[in-house]
Amino acid sequence: MAPVIEVENVYKSFGPVRAVNGIDLRVDEGEFIALLGPNGAGKTTLVEMLEGIQTPDTGTIRVLGLPWAGNEDVLHRFIGLSLQETRFIDRLTVQETLRMFAGFYGLGKSRVHEIIDTVNLAEKAHAYTMNLSGGQRQRMALGIALINRPRILLLDEPTTGLDPNARRDIWSILLDLKTTSDTSLVLTTHYMEEAEQLCDTIMIIDHGKVLREGTLEELLRGDTSAKIISFSFENPDPHRSRIEEECPFPIHWGGKNGRAAITVDSIEKELPIFFDFINTRGLRLQNMECRRKTLDDLFTAMTGRRLAG
Amino acid sequence: MTAFNECTMNPYINITQFTHLIVAHTKEVTRQPAVLFWGIVFPILLSIGLGFAFTRDAETVHTLGWVSNAENGPVDVDPGFVRCMLGGSEEASGRSLAFRDDGTFGLTIPDDKLGDTIFIFEPGTWEASVVRLKQGRISLILEAKPGKADGGGPVFHFDPQNPEARLVWHTLSPLLASSSTSETGDNESRIASVSPLALPGTRYIDFLIPGLIAMTVMMSCMWGISYGMIDKRSKKLLRRMVATPMVKSHFLAALMTVRIGINIVEAVLLVFFAWLLFGIVIQGSFAALAIIFMAGNIAFCGMAVFVSSKTANTEVGNGMINAVVMPMTLLSGVFFSYHNFPEWTIGAIEKLPLTLMVDGIRAVFTEGAGIAETAPAAAGLFVIGAVFFTAGLKIFKWH
Repeated sequence: MAPVIEVENVYKSFGPVRAVNGIDLRVDEGEFIALLGPNGAGKTTLVEMLEGIQTPDTGTIRVLGLPWAGNEDVLHRFIGLSLQETRFIDRLTVQETLRMFAGFYGLGKSRVHEIIDTVNLAEKAHAYTMNLSGGQRQRMALGIALINRPRILLLDEPTTGLDPNARRDIWSILLDLKTTSDTSLVLTTHYMEEAEQLCDTIMIIDHGKVLREGTLEELLRGDTSAKIISFSFENPDPHRSRIEEECPFPIHWGGKNGRAAITVDSIEKELPIFFDFINTRGLRLQNMECRRKTLDDLFTAMTGRRLAG
Repeated sequence: MTAFNECTMNPYINITQFTHLIVAHTKEVTRQPAVLFWGIVFPILLSIGLGFAFTRDAETVHTLGWVSNAENGPVDVDPGFVRCMLGGSEEASGRSLAFRDDGTFGLTIPDDKLGDTIFIFEPGTWEASVVRLKQGRISLILEAKPGKADGGGPVFHFDPQNPEARLVWHTLSPLLASSSTSETGDNESRIASVSPLALPGTRYIDFLIPGLIAMTVMMSCMWGISYGMIDKRSKKLLRRMVATPMVKSHFLAALMTVRIGINIVEAVLLVFFAWLLFGIVIQGSFAALAIIFMAGNIAFCGMAVFVSSKTANTEVGNGMINAVVMPMTLLSGVFFSYHNFPEWTIGAIEKLPLTLMVDGIRAVFTEGAGIAETAPAAAGLFVIGAVFFTAGLKIFKWH
């Protein structure tokens, strides 16, 4: 499959700060890729370079097989973009705003109506943009990004600051897009759930470097133990050292509330062993949770820090 | 006392909160050098500049036209007659009369406390003096007829609505009314009379309306385009728009077209109401008016693009826009003639874009000017617009 984006060994610094530190990236047609990392990881700078408004200090970027220099007019036709917190002209309605952007691509009213339906803004079509909620504004921004039926969609933290319902609305639109088009998506986020839900490939980025890259399964398979049993004891502190010594699994203590976790290969096989240990030592569980290992766990294991959100 | 009580006591003034807010807001302001410059340093520089320019001495200068007879040709200024008419008992009163090489003469009335008042008289024909009055170069015309024995006496011709002209008349008429001994030894009565000017174009409103039209264009372009652009940049809307196939020059051209359209509507309404309420008519060429109006629009649109080419900070934008519009509003002869400013400033003031536009429009309105007369000003404005637009576009920051 032909790559729509190729990034090779790209570096970018702002003064003494190295925002992007030797990143390689390949996005194929129809592929949804997430750049996952905390604030300041370098995601936005990378997207700005993909968008053509920043140029790398070194390295090459090719979009649809073309470098940005000298090809801006062509590439703008095939790229859709949504920025963090764009505000539009306050006293233009949703429909008028979309018509203006449609006009930039030579598209007419019918496309505007399609997009209004796609992003579920029919009820707000005649509302001023200044009267939209945060979620509605982001849906409109997504609608603008989709209006030209882009081959590449660049979304920079499209759901940051939105409530869970508004976030799911955006996800739903993007999942529909995934099944109905060949559009490729590059999404930056610091919500691991978003990356998991939407994307085929996930790049975990921190300090301008790619820490790990692959499908969700590949990333989690990288660790032999992909299941987590997290729990807390009633009054754990007096027993902590004894528990650590005697427990059949290595215990990771969380920083807060005495919460602990063990990683296991199989919950079905290893949970009874864990219960035996508790019963024989006379320990009392306050609560317990069994779950699949997440990207957040992986990120924490790699960096010692948690992703925001 | 519980923590709860501590928190809830004195709900009206919480000094700690207030102090933190003061500190935060102070840091917010002082950590933005551009805001500091335009908000604090620039007004100080402006006041220093204007202070030096206009308060170097306390003297007040009024320029008047001097004609011998409204129906006759130019006056051959007879120093003896002038001295007799204006000087009065010069030594006793401390007044002094001085004749200059350029044909004008000045009457100085000393005042230790308030500063000297100087009246400069510019002799000329009636027609030439009326033109100078329309241009705001003189505030009134003194028709210096000989004494009543000749069926005359001085006559002040001015628009009673013009505050400066009234001030000059109030100050000067008592001097003329005072009788003095003529060169021939006769006592002549010089009771000055007033002839309100009702000629088209000589009233203060005739002077004011063209200035207001030009000033409206300047304000509309500078605030409408500059501020609008800065606001769009701060909202990241410019960045979003240039990520599409939108042609950048189309964006700017559309902004300017809309603004010029608004300015045309505003100007037409202003002229219509000025005609309806004050009987103001356009005495010159409509084509010349259209050309100078468009040239002014282009000049200020170009300047607006230049001013808004970089910053995304609306506070900085405010300061920059004010830095452009405030001096011109004060200096360019919108409300009063810039010929009252010190002589050495006039050359520079005449080259300001607003001055070019005001003078051009005023010439068409009041002097009956045509394309030939307004062409230099229009050309100047086109050049100013082109230069600023090109420079602005070169450094324009879209994101």
